[in-house]
Amino acid sequence: MSDANGVNGVNGSSGEVGSFKVKAGLAQMLKGGVIMDVVTPEQAKIAEEAGACAVMALERVPADIRKDGGVARMSDPDMIKGIIEAVSIPVMAKARIGHFVEAQILQEIGADYIDESEVLTPADEEYHIYKHDFKIPFVCGCRNLGEALRRIGEGAAMIRTKGEAGTGDVVHAVWHARTVLSDIRKLQGMPVEEVMTFAKEIGAPFELVMQTRELGRLPVVNFAAGGIATPADAALLMQIGVDGVFVGSGIFKSGDPAKRARAIVEATTHYNNPEILAKVSENLGEAMVGINVSSLPTEEQLSTRGW
Amino acid sequence: MMKIGVLALQGAFHEHINMLNRLDVEAVEVRLPADLEGLDGLIIPGGESTTIGKLAVIYDLMEPLRQFAAEKAMWGTCAGMIFMAKEIGMDQPLLGVMDIVVERNAFGRQVDSFEVDLDVAGLEGEAPFPAVFIRAPKLVDTLEDTEVISALADGTAVAAKQGNWLVTSFHPELTGDDRLHRMFIEMAAA
Repeated sequence: MSDANGVNGVNGSSGEVGSFKVKAGLAQMLKGGVIMDVVTPEQAKIAEEAGACAVMALERVPADIRKDGGVARMSDPDMIKGIIEAVSIPVMAKARIGHFVEAQILQEIGADYIDESEVLTPADEEYHIYKHDFKIPFVCGCRNLGEALRRIGEGAAMIRTKGEAGTGDVVHAVWHARTVLSDIRKLQGMPVEEVMTFAKEIGAPFELVMQTRELGRLPVVNFAAGGIATPADAALLMQIGVDGVFVGSGIFKSGDPAKRARAIVEATTHYNNPEILAKVSENLGEAMVGINVSSLPTEEQLSTRGW
Repeated sequence: MMKIGVLALQGAFHEHINMLNRLDVEAVEVRLPADLEGLDGLIIPGGESTTIGKLAVIYDLMEPLRQFAAEKAMWGTCAGMIFMAKEIGMDQPLLGVMDIVVERNAFGRQVDSFEVDLDVAGLEGEAPFPAVFIRAPKLVDTLEDTEVISALADGTAVAAKQGNWLVTSFHPELTGDDRLHRMFIEMAAA
């Protein structure tokens, strides 16, 4: 990889840019934090002011994508640049699954992280982006350990469990986070001679399966996403064992976004302190109007996208 | 046994804790003022300095942290360095204990993040230190008796010491090299 990325002459450091270490390293800096979906520079500023560790710049939050229907694509680069200008924290943006040209554009305009996201309409029904080719890092969604390790194999430097975006229903976020963690526990409990067959069954690269077994966790940072709408939801996922949370529609589709954003940040830090959780959960106004995931037919579930 | 705290409001605090545990030091997560009791030193990790600063203000940590710094060893890595600085030219909560002027995101965006081997003064052994810079800040100026202990090839200062305080633009906690952690543990023991 170092050869492909070469030596950096831009910042005068003579250092190597775009290595997997600096890509995965940025995700490590986001740990214990909340990444918020924003659609305008004003929302980005509200998120930063509330203590978000990064923002996801997009034209429509998942709840609106769901409502509007049609094809959901990468956002207008100018709109993303406006958000990059507005805040000092990292800015992420979404590309469609398999759409490596959208990813090239996002890298070009200075996005800090690309989310190859099932929330947008997939551009490829078989293949994901080969993410090692890029200098900026990617985060990808997963529902289980096999899917997580396939994405890491393609070069993802951060993973998020998918949940069901745009619903405000945390049930699939919990299911996917628990599935990844329980897959890892199962892997750790098995004798080494069973690992190859396990790798075959979950469709994951053997070396990454071995690495996960040794580490007792995913080899990269793992956030939860998809349906988190309250401080208690965020703390629930943190106690289950993820490294941080994405909140999409849950903040700016609620009655008092600034207050709810701050409360979710505080709950993510103090996830093990019920006294603080009780306090920050008070008087937050209306939560987003939710959709029960159980009422959604499978073909309308975004989490089934990804291969 | 020595006890070192790691500010655990947000960021890469587990990575520091793992490093300290490897060196047989008891590591404590610090989220509230009471957690500072009985510590010999404190590390402020990398993360987002705005997030860390805001949470420190909300949970009344600013004064207790300043008092702690006046008496004990403190080390800021990346966001931690920003948080300890007297001046950064931006409006966000700072401890403002150390006589340094820091510029945030001074090397550019994530696409410009880099790795480089660095000489660090006072470090054990001859080998350079593998430094990881992520949307890193740099030391624009060091005032009073602050000593620059490492710089890039072009002269940009990226690590400094002043009395009990240590700051690094880069992330020793993301490497397997524990020499800077050992240096800090010695500072905390002194």
